[in-house]
Amino acid sequence: MSATNTNSERGQLCTFVLAGHSFGVPVGRVQEVIRHQSMTEVPLAPAIARGLINLRGQIVTALDLRVPLELPPAPSGALPMNVVVRSGGDLVSLLVDEIGDVIEVTSDTFEPPPETLAGPARDLIRGAFKLEDRLLLILDTDKVIGP
Amino acid sequence: MVELDPAVRDFLAESAENLDQLDRDFVALEQAPGDIARLGSVFRTIHTIKGTCGFFGFGKLESLTHVGENLLSRLRDGELTLTAESTTALLHMVDSVREMLTSIEQTGTEGAGDYSPLVARLSVLVEGRSPEQTTAPPTPAEPSAHQMDAAALLSVLKQLKADAPLDAPPVHAQAAVPAAVEEFAGAQPLASTQLSASMCGATMSGPVGASMAGASMAGTSMAGTSMGGPNATSADGSEGNVRVGIALLDRLMTLVGELVLARNQILQAPLVRKDVTLARTTQRLNLITTELQEGVMKTRMQPIATVCGRFVRVVRDLSAQCGKRVRLEMQGQDTELDRTLVEAIKDPLTHVIRNAIDHGIEGPDARVAAGKPPEGLLLLRAFHESGQVNIDISDDGRGIDPVRVRDKALERGLIDPAAAARMTERDLIQLVFLPGFSTAEKVSNISGRGVGMDVVRTNIEKIGGTVELTSRQGAGTSLRIKIPLTLAIIPALVVTTAGERYCIPQVNLLELVRLNGDNARRRIETVHSAPVYRLRDRLLPLVDLGQKLHGRASLGARDEVNIVVLQADQRPFGLVVDGVNDTEEIVVKPLAKPLKGVPVFAGATIMGDGRVSLILDVLGLAKESSVLSAGREPHAATVSKSEAKGGTKMCHLLLAGAGARRVAIPLDCVSRLEELPSSGVENADGREVIQYRGRIMPLVRLGEVLGCAAAADPDELQVVVYTTRGRSVGLVVDVVHDIAEVALELTAPGRRAGVLGSGVVQGRVTDLLDLPEIVRHAVPEMEEVGAA
Repeated sequence: MSATNTNSERGQLCTFVLAGHSFGVPVGRVQEVIRHQSMTEVPLAPAIARGLINLRGQIVTALDLRVPLELPPAPSGALPMNVVVRSGGDLVSLLVDEIGDVIEVTSDTFEPPPETLAGPARDLIRGAFKLEDRLLLILDTDKVIGP
Repeated sequence: MVELDPAVRDFLAESAENLDQLDRDFVALEQAPGDIARLGSVFRTIHTIKGTCGFFGFGKLESLTHVGENLLSRLRDGELTLTAESTTALLHMVDSVREMLTSIEQTGTEGAGDYSPLVARLSVLVEGRSPEQTTAPPTPAEPSAHQMDAAALLSVLKQLKADAPLDAPPVHAQAAVPAAVEEFAGAQPLASTQLSASMCGATMSGPVGASMAGASMAGTSMAGTSMGGPNATSADGSEGNVRVGIALLDRLMTLVGELVLARNQILQAPLVRKDVTLARTTQRLNLITTELQEGVMKTRMQPIATVCGRFVRVVRDLSAQCGKRVRLEMQGQDTELDRTLVEAIKDPLTHVIRNAIDHGIEGPDARVAAGKPPEGLLLLRAFHESGQVNIDISDDGRGIDPVRVRDKALERGLIDPAAAARMTERDLIQLVFLPGFSTAEKVSNISGRGVGMDVVRTNIEKIGGTVELTSRQGAGTSLRIKIPLTLAIIPALVVTTAGERYCIPQVNLLELVRLNGDNARRRIETVHSAPVYRLRDRLLPLVDLGQKLHGRASLGARDEVNIVVLQADQRPFGLVVDGVNDTEEIVVKPLAKPLKGVPVFAGATIMGDGRVSLILDVLGLAKESSVLSAGREPHAATVSKSEAKGGTKMCHLLLAGAGARRVAIPLDCVSRLEELPSSGVENADGREVIQYRGRIMPLVRLGEVLGCAAAADPDELQVVVYTTRGRSVGLVVDVVHDIAEVALELTAPGRRAGVLGSGVVQGRVTDLLDLPEIVRHAVPEMEEVGAA
């Protein structure tokens, strides 16, 4: 997120909604956005790893962000969408409720999270862009995937 | 890693290959010092390195190779003869050059190492003087590196003293290094040459135990950490070859893997549509894909010589260090295997070789006393066998003493006395694979730290291989390592549990057991709470896959039990699954980060229908289920089963009844066992066929072929599916009895077509069938289709 550093920098974010919160990921990190895919569950895996998806011959791990962010579970029967992002050498898919637009932001509207944000989410959320109607939270995708 | 000029990079890659070749050349030269041609090639190699590094401005490298070149040129011209001493010095030069090249690769500079003592030593040799000649009688035939360095140091000191007019105490060549250092310290104030300063640096920086710079240099190459590794390809034959980056080959491999998956999916399509053109095209696609896959696989193959070549040097250095005489013989060095595997076997093999020299082969005196030639033989043999690479490492040393092994194991509390008393010699020997086992009376710096054989075995098993150890006391030890050719695409058994499919690598598979109805309830017993099955009178621990993965037990829940008998770490255990589907060639894909820590899965793959399936890690699964726990008595009896009967060949047979006869079918011919409804049998072109997995499968009634009238058809036909060249034939039998691993001796030759011969299996006379012959006879067009 180089967009967060200097005052005048602009950047594009791919946005999505998860449990009522708006989130953004830098467009450069996103490979594609796809509708719900059938998944193969991985037994004994950490709860965040919901399953494996076949993305045109590549195997992608689907991550449930509700787990590390401690958000309420999705309503039963809901089919999550996939935001496929690159992280290191791996390809992972973030399971989200709704896909939003790609929006342009300037770094001067960014603020780090308030001191009162505690718990595991503090490590995973870098801060928020102050949009007119809402706050857009920025995720640290590398940290979500784990060390 | 620093950014390097591409030209420097080329220089590094090329030099690494050349240096590996030099190691081998020098050792060969030691055996045949008069080989002028080889000397000439060595000289040119060093000359090239010298020239190139001068061009790039690597001064230290240049000065070292320069003096080495001088020595070589005099050797080549016959002015000097190659001695063990000059070989050692030259080998040290090779190590030092390698060290500097590694440093250049990593940091872009030649590093802080100081090589002037070596330069000095080489210079002395160039003048045709042996550093020892002037001071003392020559040391014994194969002096250790240790003594050699002391001598070299002393000779340098001698020179220093000659330069400095000082009354010095007399020098003895046998003096240990510390003494030399002390003396040197005394001489230092007077010696103003550059040499003195550098000597000081060299001796101070080294660790106490191996304070000689030389010894620590040799250490680097012994540990196999030289930079040659991944880049090293066959050193000879540059014409008609292209250097291709490993990354590109890996990428190609991945793409081919994906193509194989796409092919698998498309192969299922045309059968439904009955489109002839499509069918023909897919068939062609199938063939091309297979060939492409083989081709790409070949590009990743490396001859095993790339790793074994190093051992020439390891053996030389080690045997000198242990005061032993060892001749290394290598066979099958052109045997090829996947480069990732070549890398993976390097360390285990080195370890085994060290063990053989350190523990196995006796000193010359002991050997002569035992009536053996003073020189020990270490044989390294590699060959292909049934889709696997076998590597044998055998020595003619003292062998493993089972009694000593037992005592050591008892002493360390690895087994309890009662278990020890029950064990055969064979079992006892296998104890060396237990973690924390070491029989070395004293821990040497070569081997014997108790982290030996268990690590070797674990590392080999990690790449899907196996290790077998045999030993005859007094006559030698032999270790056979079996590894697959490649890891990227492997044959696997597909099973179902809790509605999910899982793949099990076939390398871990021993056999399949299916229990029906009553048997399913009664034959599964429990030891307290642990379920077991009596497999040929031994208790086979059972692991319920459904229970393990999903918390839903398959055992007891159904009136059919499928047991997949697996082997992990030489211990068999039964994995209970809901269903056994098929075998398939699968493309192994690694799991991404959050899943890497899950021990029971080795990876994932994409099945023919596009769904992702997980590949079970049998070793991990066994560990998770505590099938393997340290200290437990190994199931060695089962392990050695296949060799127990000595000369007779063991084979897995499917035993069935056809008509009144008992027949045996080699298990590797059987792709599946099916129960198909007899109402599904149709007639096509005057022959019985049945629809099977969307294809028309011809049926062959074995009873009729063998000339015994079959009884009236039952409702369900027992069909043994035999697949050859992608086509299946169903062999109808009356009953499937068992699958057995037996030593089949054909006592009567076959008189009937399709019978190879008869023998006794499980107390009954059994005909061993010649399936290809039967199929050729009964379904002639199979042959044509296959050949087309």
